[in-house]
Amino acid sequence: MTDRIIPKTYLVELDVNGKTCRAHVPARTTLVDFLRDELRLTGTHVGCEHGTCGACTVMQNGKPIRACLAFAVQLNGEKITTVEGLCKADGSLSILQDSFCATHAQQCGYCTPGMLISSQYLLNQNANPSDSEIREAISGNLCRCTGYQQIVDAVKLAAARMANEEQA
Amino acid sequence: MSRPFKYIGTKRRAKESPRFVTGQGRYVADIHLPGMKHVAIVASPHPSAKIVAINTEAARAAPGVQYILDGREFCAATEALPVGVDAPKVTRYALAQDVVRYAGEWVVAVVADSRAEAEDAAELVDVEYEATRPVIDAELALQADAPLVHPAHGSNRLYHRKFVWGPVERAFAEAEDQLSFRVRWGRSSSVPIETFGVVAHWSESNQLLDVWASIQMPKYPDQLARALRLPGNAVRVHYDVDVGGSYGVKRGIKHTVLVSYLARRIGAPVRFIEDRLENMRGGDMHGPDRFFDMQVAFNRDGIVKALRIRAVDDVGAYAGRSPLQLGKPVGAICGPYQIHAVEYEPTSVMTNKTPQEAVRGFGQAPTNLAIERAMDYVAQHLGMDRIELRRKNFIRKDQFPYLIPSGSTYDSGDYHTVLDKALDGIDYPALLRQRDTLRAQGMLAGIGIATCLEPSGGNAAFEPLFNPKNETTTWMDSCLVRVDLSGAITGVMGTSSAGQGHETLVATVVGEVLEREPANIRVVRADSLNALPSNSPVGSRMAIMLGGAAAGAARKIKTTLIQLAAHNFGCGIDDIDYNDGNASQRSNPAKKLSWDQLVEIAHRKYHLLPPGMEPGLQATFVWEVPTGGAMPTADGRVQMYPCYSFEAHLLLIQIDPDTGKPRILKYLCGHDCGVMINPDIVHGMTYGGIAHGIGAALFEKFAYTEEGQLASGTFMDYLIPSAMEVPEIHIVDHCTPSPLTTFGQKGSGEAGYLGSAAAICSAVNDALRPLGTSIETLPMSHMDIWNCISQRGTKELRKTA
Repeated sequence: MTDRIIPKTYLVELDVNGKTCRAHVPARTTLVDFLRDELRLTGTHVGCEHGTCGACTVMQNGKPIRACLAFAVQLNGEKITTVEGLCKADGSLSILQDSFCATHAQQCGYCTPGMLISSQYLLNQNANPSDSEIREAISGNLCRCTGYQQIVDAVKLAAARMANEEQA
Repeated sequence: MSRPFKYIGTKRRAKESPRFVTGQGRYVADIHLPGMKHVAIVASPHPSAKIVAINTEAARAAPGVQYILDGREFCAATEALPVGVDAPKVTRYALAQDVVRYAGEWVVAVVADSRAEAEDAAELVDVEYEATRPVIDAELALQADAPLVHPAHGSNRLYHRKFVWGPVERAFAEAEDQLSFRVRWGRSSSVPIETFGVVAHWSESNQLLDVWASIQMPKYPDQLARALRLPGNAVRVHYDVDVGGSYGVKRGIKHTVLVSYLARRIGAPVRFIEDRLENMRGGDMHGPDRFFDMQVAFNRDGIVKALRIRAVDDVGAYAGRSPLQLGKPVGAICGPYQIHAVEYEPTSVMTNKTPQEAVRGFGQAPTNLAIERAMDYVAQHLGMDRIELRRKNFIRKDQFPYLIPSGSTYDSGDYHTVLDKALDGIDYPALLRQRDTLRAQGMLAGIGIATCLEPSGGNAAFEPLFNPKNETTTWMDSCLVRVDLSGAITGVMGTSSAGQGHETLVATVVGEVLEREPANIRVVRADSLNALPSNSPVGSRMAIMLGGAAAGAARKIKTTLIQLAAHNFGCGIDDIDYNDGNASQRSNPAKKLSWDQLVEIAHRKYHLLPPGMEPGLQATFVWEVPTGGAMPTADGRVQMYPCYSFEAHLLLIQIDPDTGKPRILKYLCGHDCGVMINPDIVHGMTYGGIAHGIGAALFEKFAYTEEGQLASGTFMDYLIPSAMEVPEIHIVDHCTPSPLTTFGQKGSGEAGYLGSAAAICSAVNDALRPLGTSIETLPMSHMDIWNCISQRGTKELRKTA
């Protein structure tokens, strides 16, 4: 038997969806593996592991990032929002999530968490986006099922419903 | 039509959506078993080589390593995977033994405590190869001096047959004109965003293998048991796994045999999730890579008299079911047209490339491209309008059911009306004006058209057609419907889904039949030991087959409830009114039993049941494919699929003459898939299919170097269209019900994809036509288009100089 090399681990502490989460992980652990394997938050998906498909998109301090391209140790102390954090406080669907259901904006659901994060970020910045602004905002998220049409419809519907809610 | 539907065809939310938008889907990578080990693969860097030696000493000593498996051990301990045609020497296992046949082929599997450790150790495995000469091009592979991918098979030709249906020779001799051309469908695939994954666990005490997988595959548990030399009831596949996209390709049988063997060998749960390179290079999921040599015979009035179709398909290094993708198109070999004589000569060729797997349409989309190119060519040759030519050749509404030369009868359709609705929908005169305005402004602009069929209700008639030793004539599906003591309804299906909304489908049709709210009907998935037979969601079949089975089971329950009420009222069943689940006597409306009362009698009050009626309230229904059940004739005629959906695509494309970059400005699809169970789901699949076809037409290609290396193994070079490349798409619905199905539904799982690539090819070539040039090879990348423009431009310049 050769001696086992125990890889050095680092304590990573993140605020994930408003909760402080800690784990000891090797330096090479990506954020998406940290979320999925250490915290068992499996809503964030892995599609390409090279930053192209957008399935792993989460928010870092309110801005979307690719969780497959970030190491967990780099983000120590940061505030991370995943799809699990988009629901309302009572656990019910957010306006955006409900709009995705209303327009049938998901089929297999695999790209959906990343799509929701990118779309929510857009709506946080721009309350009344045009079709082309929506398409640009989700252009970093690949979807193979929907042809994007019903996703664009969902984001438009959510924007309209949010505007109504503010007026009410 | 009888009464209008209550739930079918109405806008209703999919039952599956809430779990997907909250991140609560349960995909295979989300399954975590205690003590689970992880696999990494050592893949061949050579397209063709002998394996001289494998040294695993350093890898074995690496941290966390549990086991290292090579092909010698694995191939001795398992059975080879099945071949779709009669080619028993084309053996295939998950791991290579002695030789490798494509770059990326799996050679060694490393199992470790974590995926990272498995990858670290995989890098330490030292495989010594002796490279041999590969063959990469399909036409070269057919030459006599070509290196053989499988020498034991004796040839690189895996399958070949010449079918002649109708008086082809005479039609060509008598026709007033003919032309020939070659068109090529590039090697692309459906490439789901989720790669394939599988988790397996062997219980020694129960002698039972549990499997969770991202799977869409008929006969998967049976094939797995056979490969592992286990009885079928020692394998339990769990179908309650959400599949992150498939569109045909999620057929990871080789992965599953490997992981299952490892789980049993090391006595711990084992998981393998492909990374993207493993998926693209060694996942064995490339699609058709096919060229067609086409000959068309026609008269000067534009009537097409006969087709000669020679199709050569490069299936890569191993067979599986891939040759059968040349078989399904037999069922729609003349498209939506009245063509009475067809010669079809399919050839399946092996090369040293990644193997081919089923892709959306199972070979129909490339064939539709070839047929549609023929229609465009004939129109251009005769100086006729492309739309007028199609109208002239369409099968007419009054001709259905319509028997085509290759033996399939089309169930129903109204192609002229759908095309007219599409032309109205897109405002065709305005589209022409817009194209001409763009041309006047110096842009290249073109209008594309494709009118084609989606055969649906997936059967396996191509199996006996292409392999006389295979006598499969049923491709059934089934459903169990149960009403519990509380009166709540549960539907049980026996397969997994990849986004097609099957839970919504079952709930909607059961709700329709029993007149109960679908939102309150739960749909679950039995594991393979509990399940009734299913052939999985292939061949656009589930609306027809699972929908038909669920309706059949629900009808049995409704019949039971009516018999139960009649018995208690002391009347005949014809005197029962059934409304919303409640029964009353028509001739004496005071006699009533509510749904709850009926259910309670069925579950508790045996003394109130008619003699001989089973207590409880459940029913199963197993449905054979409508029109299925027959073997092919000696000359290769067979009813392929039962139902035929139709789509008419129209689009306007603009091409920047300086860059070759195409931009789709308008896109509309006229679509007739009979009665839609859930229009949002049908439209969603159609939008997605069109986007997929845009990729196949303009962007996506598994490119190979001359040396046989995959040059597009990432999403940086295999380009999947984003929301910026896919335009706003409009769909115009039409409904010609199928006479063969429960509610008149047809299939739609491949909708859009079956015609969009053909339509885009038509549009690009309409744009290039003023230059006197064309592209007949997909994908038509920016660079291909630009090269085409610039070569032409140079020639034009030379002429003027």
